[in-house]
Amino acid sequence: MVTKEKNRIRVMTGNEACAEGALAAGCRFFAGYPITPSSEIAEILSRELPKVGGKFIQMEDEIAAMGAVIGASLAGSKSLTATSGPGFSLKQENIGYASMAEVPCVIVNVMRGGPSTGLPTLPSQSDVMQARWGTHGDHPIIALAPSSVRESFDWTVRAFNLSETYRVPVVLLLDEIVGHTSEKVVLPDTSEIQIVERQKGDPKNKDYLPYKQTESDIPPMISFGEGIRFHVTGLCHDETGFPTNDSQKIDLLLRRLNRKIERYRDQITDNQRDQLDDADVAVFAYGSTSRSARWAVRRAREEGLRVGLFRPIVLWPFPEDEVFSIAQKVHHIIVPEMNLGQMAHEVEWASRGSTDVIRINRIDGDPVRPQVILEKIKEVA
Amino acid sequence: MTEKTAKKKRSRIVVKREWCKNCAICVEFCPKDVLVMKDGFPEVVHIENCTLCQLCELRCPDFAIEVYEDET
Amino acid sequence: MFDYGAYLRKDKFPLIWCSGCGDGIALKAMLRAIDRIGLSKDEIVMVSGIGCSSRLPGYVDFNTLHTTHGRAIAFATGVKMAKPELTVIVVTGDGDATAIGGNHYIHAARRNIDLTVILFNNWIYGMTGGQVSPTTPFGKRASTAPYGSTENAFNISGLAEAAGASFVARETVFRPQVLDKFIEKAIRKKGFSVVEVFTPCPTTYGRRNKMRSVIEMMNWLKDHAVPKSRAEKMDPQELEEKIITGVLVDLDLPEYTEEYQKLIDRVKS
Repeated sequence: MVTKEKNRIRVMTGNEACAEGALAAGCRFFAGYPITPSSEIAEILSRELPKVGGKFIQMEDEIAAMGAVIGASLAGSKSLTATSGPGFSLKQENIGYASMAEVPCVIVNVMRGGPSTGLPTLPSQSDVMQARWGTHGDHPIIALAPSSVRESFDWTVRAFNLSETYRVPVVLLLDEIVGHTSEKVVLPDTSEIQIVERQKGDPKNKDYLPYKQTESDIPPMISFGEGIRFHVTGLCHDETGFPTNDSQKIDLLLRRLNRKIERYRDQITDNQRDQLDDADVAVFAYGSTSRSARWAVRRAREEGLRVGLFRPIVLWPFPEDEVFSIAQKVHHIIVPEMNLGQMAHEVEWASRGSTDVIRINRIDGDPVRPQVILEKIKEVA
Repeated sequence: MTEKTAKKKRSRIVVKREWCKNCAICVEFCPKDVLVMKDGFPEVVHIENCTLCQLCELRCPDFAIEVYEDET
Repeated sequence: MFDYGAYLRKDKFPLIWCSGCGDGIALKAMLRAIDRIGLSKDEIVMVSGIGCSSRLPGYVDFNTLHTTHGRAIAFATGVKMAKPELTVIVVTGDGDATAIGGNHYIHAARRNIDLTVILFNNWIYGMTGGQVSPTTPFGKRASTAPYGSTENAFNISGLAEAAGASFVARETVFRPQVLDKFIEKAIRKKGFSVVEVFTPCPTTYGRRNKMRSVIEMMNWLKDHAVPKSRAEKMDPQELEEKIITGVLVDLDLPEYTEEYQKLIDRVKS
């Protein structure tokens, strides 16, 4: 269906775009719990999902919402939850379950200031490490950080596509600025939106193994009720899905879970590079902060400073090779972020000592101002 | 597996030793004292008293005792 | 002889549970109930949390989902909403459902979503070694209540009733021939149903509370179970320490997934 362009021109917030992106991606189940600044996503989907035959439920807490999302996905629905910092913490155990049991689902975290209840209505980027290491155990994660309203739409779709492709939970990290900023956007025509469905197992195949060590490392899925009965558990399991204490089988499982993201890193990773080719200084920025950084880089260029921007949209897996190659060419990497250096630490590690990493940190609920980044560029360029 | 048959009442009780955990519920609560514990396992000693009530089977937590009504 | 084998994953046997644990008795009652209703194995999803009872789904040939501690009902809610045509049965224990999972238990009852919860109440955390649970009776000992519990115990069935469940029944594993009838009714009931099953844990509860053998525990269940009809004629003092058995709630109430489907039909463009 081709929609007239004028119908696709909208003024909306990032949270609204996220909800619309989910619907466009084929999301048909949402379970959530009210929390600022993400609640609009739940509100919109409570209204829109039943119109397309989808289901919405407001659960009794964040933990239950994450559990229901996993249950619905196992029964065949593309499933979403949305939350913010404290709620994201509560969801972690079940996010680990989704990793272990390889259940596709998308978790939106509209980041606010922390720790604890922190700053419910003010932005932060202090959950990037929680997204990576919030749950216990070694597990892969994909986390995405859009920076605008239009990107919130596109990257919600992409989050579902990645989740269904690799059978993993995918974390979409909006921040309060992205979630609540209203912008004029032109949404893509439905014909332009690429939607990926999970690779389905054959319900007639009596030899189906739900956790088979396949060549792709991604076992095909069968939903509950389709005619093949199998066991799903958060315990370490063998190819049949049943718990095992056999060290060889445990090793095979856990290494495959990690490998299935690592080996597809090139297909997953995505970043924007702006004027880096001849740069002496690079700015590494993500999410809403990358918009301040972009302004600062352009202004510095106008003043003749050789500076470029590296903006990862996929934060995890971390673009370590890209950062390393930049670090070898520039004498400074400036990392502005709304936390005390969570990603700067990662940039330092990836640089392996080949450049100076300079941090700009803001943790008081105010965004990192473009001028502050510009001043730092001038200072070191 | 041990097995005893009583033609008159046509009942047959099968004990699966490999699944039995020796709890003795079947022996203790048989209303007709059909079973005794021997060497840690239930043994059928009075099959002639069995009324096919199946309580031993119903209360066995381990699927280790089965009561059949055989054709004569 | 009932053919349990048709429903079992026999290669997983023998059962993980201790000698004398009553969980297997309840499992058998559940299979007889399912068989009588005539459900196909493909249309059943059995969901559990963490604990001894929650290992049950591993032994049955259904769609089985062993989740995180306390969260079985939450996962089951997602399954049921996504595919309401499936019969979703939750297997859980007193700690799983009423301590860490208490919130989900009461809210699923409030919503009256069509789940059947078979709740194994053995007054203790068995799998982790006998810690005090929300149903451990006052004064009884546990590994974390070495001087006897100083807390009051939950009335699990009463909790479900107060929260809005359509069907609540209580029975002990001493009477499996009645238990299976209650489970059958619970599964057939459209709405949130609970069957609270009292089951002995001789290993971690009995030996700390002067019931060393399973026989003593089974006798205790036999002597302390009082059918509801009889209990109604007894005074509160006589009912102390007693387990009131029977169908405690049986109501026809609007069911959540059906109500949601009506909403979809109303707003769908």
